Amino acid sequence: MEILVCIKRVPDTAENEFELNSAGNDIDRDDLVYSVNEWDNYAVEEAIQIVGEHGGSVTVVSVGDDESEEVLRREMAMGADNGILLSDDAFEDSDSRGIASILKAEVEKGNYDLILTGAQADDGAAEVGGMLAAMLDLPYASLVNQIDIDGDKHIKVGREIEGGNKEMNEIELPCVLSIQTGINEPRYVGIRGIRKVAQIEIPVKGASDLGIDAGSVGKDGAKMKRIDYFVPDLGEGAEMLEGSTDEIIEKLIEKLKSKGGLA
Amino acid sequence: MAQIFAYIPHKDGVADDIAYEIQAAAGKLDSNAQVTAIVTGSGDTLDKVAGHLTSLFKEVIKIGHDDLAYPNAEVVRKALCNVLPSDAIILAPHNTFGMDLVPGLSIKFDSACASDVIDFEGTEGATLKIVRQVLGGIISTHNDLDISNGAVIAIRPGAFAPVEDGSEGGTIVDKSGDAGDISTKRRFLEIVEAEVGDVDITKSDVLVSIGRGIEEEENIGVAQELAEAMGAVVSCSRPIVDAKWLEKSRQVGTSGQTVKPKVYLALGISGSFQHMGGIKGDPFIIAINKNANAPIFQVADVGIIGDILEFMPELTEKIKDL
Ligand SMILES: Cc1cc2nc3c(=O)[nH]c(=O)nc-3n(C[C@H](O)[C@H](O)[C@H](O)COP(=O)(O)OP(=O)(O)OC[C@H]3O[C@@H](n4cnc5c(N)ncnc54)[C@H](O)[C@@H]3O)c2cc1C
Ligand SMILES: Nc1ncnc2c1ncn2[C@@H]1O[C@H](COP(=O)(O)O)[C@@H](O)[C@H]1O
Repeated sequence: MEILVCIKRVPDTAENEFELNSAGNDIDRDDLVYSVNEWDNYAVEEAIQIVGEHGGSVTVVSVGDDESEEVLRREMAMGADNGILLSDDAFEDSDSRGIASILKAEVEKGNYDLILTGAQADDGAAEVGGMLAAMLDLPYASLVNQIDIDGDKHIKVGREIEGGNKEMNEIELPCVLSIQTGINEPRYVGIRGIRKVAQIEIPVKGASDLGIDAGSVGKDGAKMKRIDYFVPDLGEGAEMLEGSTDEIIEKLIEKLKSKGGLA
Repeated sequence: MAQIFAYIPHKDGVADDIAYEIQAAAGKLDSNAQVTAIVTGSGDTLDKVAGHLTSLFKEVIKIGHDDLAYPNAEVVRKALCNVLPSDAIILAPHNTFGMDLVPGLSIKFDSACASDVIDFEGTEGATLKIVRQVLGGIISTHNDLDISNGAVIAIRPGAFAPVEDGSEGGTIVDKSGDAGDISTKRRFLEIVEAEVGDVDITKSDVLVSIGRGIEEEENIGVAQELAEAMGAVVSCSRPIVDAKWLEKSRQVGTSGQTVKPKVYLALGISGSFQHMGGIKGDPFIIAINKNANAPIFQVADVGIIGDILEFMPELTEKIKDL
């Protein structure tokens, strides 16, 4: 099974407190901690497990700047065999459609049985996987939390739907799947693992290598353009309890008592 | 502006509640809009839901086919491509079905795509201004959407205040004959129901709910002690279940349980819409989070900025002393 996994480098929401920059047109990106998108890490783990059992290879690919090499290498340390970086100034400010069309160009250079994405990334779009599938005319299933390989013509996949129920589907290969968290337990990657793959070369490809018309991606090709970032003002918000820890706990216990929070 | 279509999911002949929110969203998108509902399905249940929707929409398009009995997004997409004009503006819910349908549909129509939209702020020519959130809801963004060639837009459930049921007296248009070839390479097999766990968090009046802020599996016991002292039950957000620290039956949210407690104590939970979507009945929400910008503080009644690992044991002690 030849598997391609699309991964994105994103600001880590657990490690950062986000603030707007002074111009208000972006988040303040100085000193942000980045990591691989949480969902993509599950996708890579799944690919590694499938190849471990059924043979084949795992390739990780990312559209991003030079720094995305770091997440590619991290996922190679997990066990992905190859990494590819798709990078070009022309790719900057692409919308989901732009990202999907860049990925499509790379997919067509390979011979993949299975293409995995994360269910969603930092923009909460949940779009790239479904777009990529439609562009490639391949069948698609989103939010996959179970994959059973039972042949080389088709596989069985479970999609997580509302209420934690699972929708089972049979899907033909090749196909595109977006992976939901919880499908597996991604392995830990230590410094030693990263050091082991430090020397492996990661090819970098730009628009001309991929045969992409620069005007069809990036800002010019985007049908959705971000204008600004802002912190929403949603009414009053919570009543904040302040003071020393003891004082706060005392106030909190009063609230709990009055609202029936203490049995 | 091109015509607006609202894709309405339904079950057992009853339209999903999101129908009222999509109708509201369409009104916000264009107050002069004539909105047409689309329902796909088969047999009596399709007729029933189409009939019901005529009170809410002037026109209801129904597409019936045996292969549409279960809403397989791949099949639905093909049917919509064959029935709707390619410059249509199509609204759908941003739920597990919408995520399956919307991105691919926008590619097939070569139209714009916007997912998880929480508000519309007017159009200028062929540019629609939309609001959505990024980074788990910590920050919002305005975006220009080029709708000159149509658009497929997924609406966040709960973001638009639902309209009241109307008395439109709309008409039903049967487009089943236009559905054409809807064969696909993905076949629906069955639904496997979620497992029932050892505790039923939906029955509890008071929930002590923990999120990624609990940091380590070892700390779960600390939350359990607090819950015990309060006479409450421990529930959690999704990452805790993904890490296998608690059973799936304890997860609150759209892909977990829907709970209706009186008091909800959210500890180290950021407040994503998928988590909050599982909390109904307007409970008294208390949030403790070390990040003052956490979105949960916008929906909680009472907030405390602090480290839950310090707060939990102290609160437990004080409650025991009462
Ligand atoms: C289709 C789909 C369905 C989903 N369904 C669900 C669902 O049913 N339920 C659900 O919960 N999620 C669901 N999610 C995931 C959801 O989008 C969020 O990723 C998730 O809710 C985040 O959980 P969290 O708030 O615990 O973690 P985070 O968003 O990482 O937040 C952790 C919070 O803890 C705070 N914190 C960290 N350490 C401490 C400390 N020591 N003391 C105090 N505060 C601390 C941080 O400031 C942060 O605000 C779903 C996602 C998708 C795509
Ligand atoms: N820049 C990118 N490079 C590679 N893959 C991406 C990129 N952006 C998004 N993806 C993939 O698409 C998935 C969904 O992202 P999104 O549609 O942006 O929410 C991610 O989990 C990745 O697998």
